[in-house]
Amino acid sequence: MRRFAELYFAIDGSTKTNDKVAALSKYLREAPPADAAWAVFFLRGGKLPAPVPSRLLAEMAAESADVPPWLFAECYEAVGDLAETASLLLAASPDRRTEETLDQFITARLIPLRSMDKTEQRKFLIESWSLLSAKERFVWNKLITGSFRVGVSEGLVAKAVAAATGLAVNVVAHRLAGAWRPSAVAWEALANKDATDAHPGQPYPFSLAHPLDSEPQALGNLDDWVIEYKWDGIRAQVIKRQGEVFLWSRGGERLTDSFPEIVAQFAALPDGTVIDGELIAWKDAVLPFADLQHRIARKNPGKKLLDSTPARIFAFDLLEWQGQDVRSHNLDRRRELLHALPLHFSPVLQPKDWEHAAELRLGARDLLAEGLMLKRRNSPYGVGRERGVWWKWKLQPYSVDAVLVNAQRGSGRRASLFTDYTFALWDNDKLVPFAKAYSGLTDGEIRDVDAFIRHNTLEKFGPVCAVKPELVFEIAFEGIQRSNRHKSGIAVRFPRMARWRTDKSAADADTIDSVKALLPETIKP
Amino acid sequence: MREAGLYCPGGDFYIDPWKPVDRAVITHAHADHARAGSLNYLCATACAPILRARLGQEIAIQALDYGNSLTIGTVKISLHPAGHILGSAQVKVDSNGYAWVVSGDYKLDPDPTNQPFEPVRCNGFVTEATFALPIFRWPSSAETFAEINAWWQQNRDDKRASVLYGYSLGKAQRLIAGVDASIGPIYTHGAVERMNEIYRQSGVPLPPTVYAMEAATKDFSGALIVAPPGMNGSAWLRRFGNFSNAMASGWMQVRGHRRRRAIDRGFVLSDHADWPGLLSAIEQTGADQVWVTHGSIAPLLRWLNEKGIAATGLQTQFSGEDANPAEPEESDAA
Ligand SMILES: [Zn+2]
Ligand SMILES: [Zn+2]
Repeated sequence: MRRFAELYFAIDGSTKTNDKVAALSKYLREAPPADAAWAVFFLRGGKLPAPVPSRLLAEMAAESADVPPWLFAECYEAVGDLAETASLLLAASPDRRTEETLDQFITARLIPLRSMDKTEQRKFLIESWSLLSAKERFVWNKLITGSFRVGVSEGLVAKAVAAATGLAVNVVAHRLAGAWRPSAVAWEALANKDATDAHPGQPYPFSLAHPLDSEPQALGNLDDWVIEYKWDGIRAQVIKRQGEVFLWSRGGERLTDSFPEIVAQFAALPDGTVIDGELIAWKDAVLPFADLQHRIARKNPGKKLLDSTPARIFAFDLLEWQGQDVRSHNLDRRRELLHALPLHFSPVLQPKDWEHAAELRLGARDLLAEGLMLKRRNSPYGVGRERGVWWKWKLQPYSVDAVLVNAQRGSGRRASLFTDYTFALWDNDKLVPFAKAYSGLTDGEIRDVDAFIRHNTLEKFGPVCAVKPELVFEIAFEGIQRSNRHKSGIAVRFPRMARWRTDKSAADADTIDSVKALLPETIKP
Repeated sequence: MREAGLYCPGGDFYIDPWKPVDRAVITHAHADHARAGSLNYLCATACAPILRARLGQEIAIQALDYGNSLTIGTVKISLHPAGHILGSAQVKVDSNGYAWVVSGDYKLDPDPTNQPFEPVRCNGFVTEATFALPIFRWPSSAETFAEINAWWQQNRDDKRASVLYGYSLGKAQRLIAGVDASIGPIYTHGAVERMNEIYRQSGVPLPPTVYAMEAATKDFSGALIVAPPGMNGSAWLRRFGNFSNAMASGWMQVRGHRRRRAIDRGFVLSDHADWPGLLSAIEQTGADQVWVTHGSIAPLLRWLNEKGIAATGLQTQFSGEDANPAEPEESDAA
């Protein structure tokens, strides 16, 4: 347990991906196999049914620390997290520290909790707390209440497992795919170097685009370039080999189980075919990104979801054909082969000149696209971020001036400050909330806004403070759509604070109508 | 209480006033307690050189040894160690047989850079409350220093520098005195180095430190750099190349505070009393009236009142050097 708590705080404390990978792979190398398995399970977001709800656990901790409810509430206010508050309130007893492993804690302490009544749970918990340091208690409380979360991606875990075992990352990802159950045996199978599982699902590294940092005219002759929309979906590779289809995201996530319709479509392709494209949710037009995320989160989706939110791949490149790596062919040649396949393609734009291309770029927003992609015709498929081959020519974000009306404390690292804000626009003489944002300000600005909120709270609704409408912020966002779920009638994508307009007063903020004017007419490409 | 701060009519003086007054009694030299502009200052002997360094060499200071008393007007005043930083004092005022003590900032934990907190019996006690919540219980400083040393050592092995943030007066010297100086060289920010000199002149032993701008080397890997929290994220740090950074403060007890600063490590080390410390200090005074100021006032008040101790809140302008680590720091000139 001690080692696992150390791992948690090493990852939690670090801001650098490399450090996180190093800490995790070190843990995996040193921990007993069963512990390594649990760590992989929990860090990939795995959850066990929580035997004790956070509230109850916190009450038990307060009670055993002899802290009255009002004081507990004050503490919670200062900390912002129930499991953490509980772990800080309990007095340490360093003389009883235990060497029990994570696996022992899970199997002999966590799982039995499920079949106990409250009184037994309380006794059992006090016993387990007395064996742990404050940091270990924190991790333990998080596990018990099912609120254990670490800021790492599945890809990062796979990388760390690879570093710890000497296996290739994609082999690890492949072995972890599906319902991976943690146990010593499972870890040993995962780490096994001998098993030469031929992994037909191995993807190629993705070619990445550079943001266009000059005028497009500098790229020379328009005819040398293939121009497409830059879709706001997820970059994906689809592999058909040995009768099986594999769908990978650029982040290394295996998405196969979430998209049966894509698997069915690609199953019809000959073996030895790999294409590169954009995964999007599509029903007559591109659906909002949130819909796609919803699809990704749902493995083996039911018919209802498949009907309401179908997905497709806009194929734009061919990497393998008839079992041969064709990445060294020119883009024109690859696309010629690609377009002979029964797939959906990202439409190719044919502007007259660069000015016309710029106009098409402005129209991209109406299609929920982010701008244009420019790809050099006579180029092989790049490895990584090669310069001069693929350019992304993105649209500038929208921006409006809006008034801060509600605020809420942040969570986790920003628990003690008001950092989550709601912004409103004018609708005649009323302010109507239209977006929430919590990023974009410096720490200093956050402190100043926090101080303003503390002195200008008009009313409280639970954790939400209604704030005197006085501060104006420039809110930038990427996309805008109609929405019945929002009072304002619109929903914006990626709202964030671009600037604190200290030069403006609430009366100077924009109107809701001026924002509605930005709504796209839905056009099919 | 008056507009300029806590006032004693019998002696016609203020304690830690936040506006210029004729006579100011200063508990310690932190900026929220010691402000410039008063005509006469009274402070503990060990506090005097720090006060001069911070407020100006020309100020009029009367220094008083701990435990000695002085009669001003109709009251008798004496200063007693508060354990907060070098020269920090609790102010005891005796007026017609009623004794009150103004604690200033204090801690009960051991600290080799200043005299330990001394409980003073009194009728009325004015206590600080920076960390007055039961979530604040400090680990032993030995435990914390073991963590700091391990972090420094690891960084040295990884060939990077260790940048440790702590308030330039008090915390920085406690850190420097407490770490294992055999791990590597210690460099400092100018504001820290200035205070180091005064500590050394006052007889507080500190391991050798070098003002970073005068370092003979450009290779800081393996070194410890002690700097004020305000330096976090500043260009001043560039000279140190690859480094890991950490902060030492009582606030590091709470994960949210640690994460908000985007630092690699947080070490729990405070120059203020934790919850058990506050309660035990209050009890040891034997006071039947307690005033609470400086921090989490409301919870401590309610706690004391529920325990049958008469307690009142006192609004002051003390912020606590720990409370706002991002306050502007002195420029880097030793
Ligand atoms: Zn202080
Ligand atoms: Zn203070």
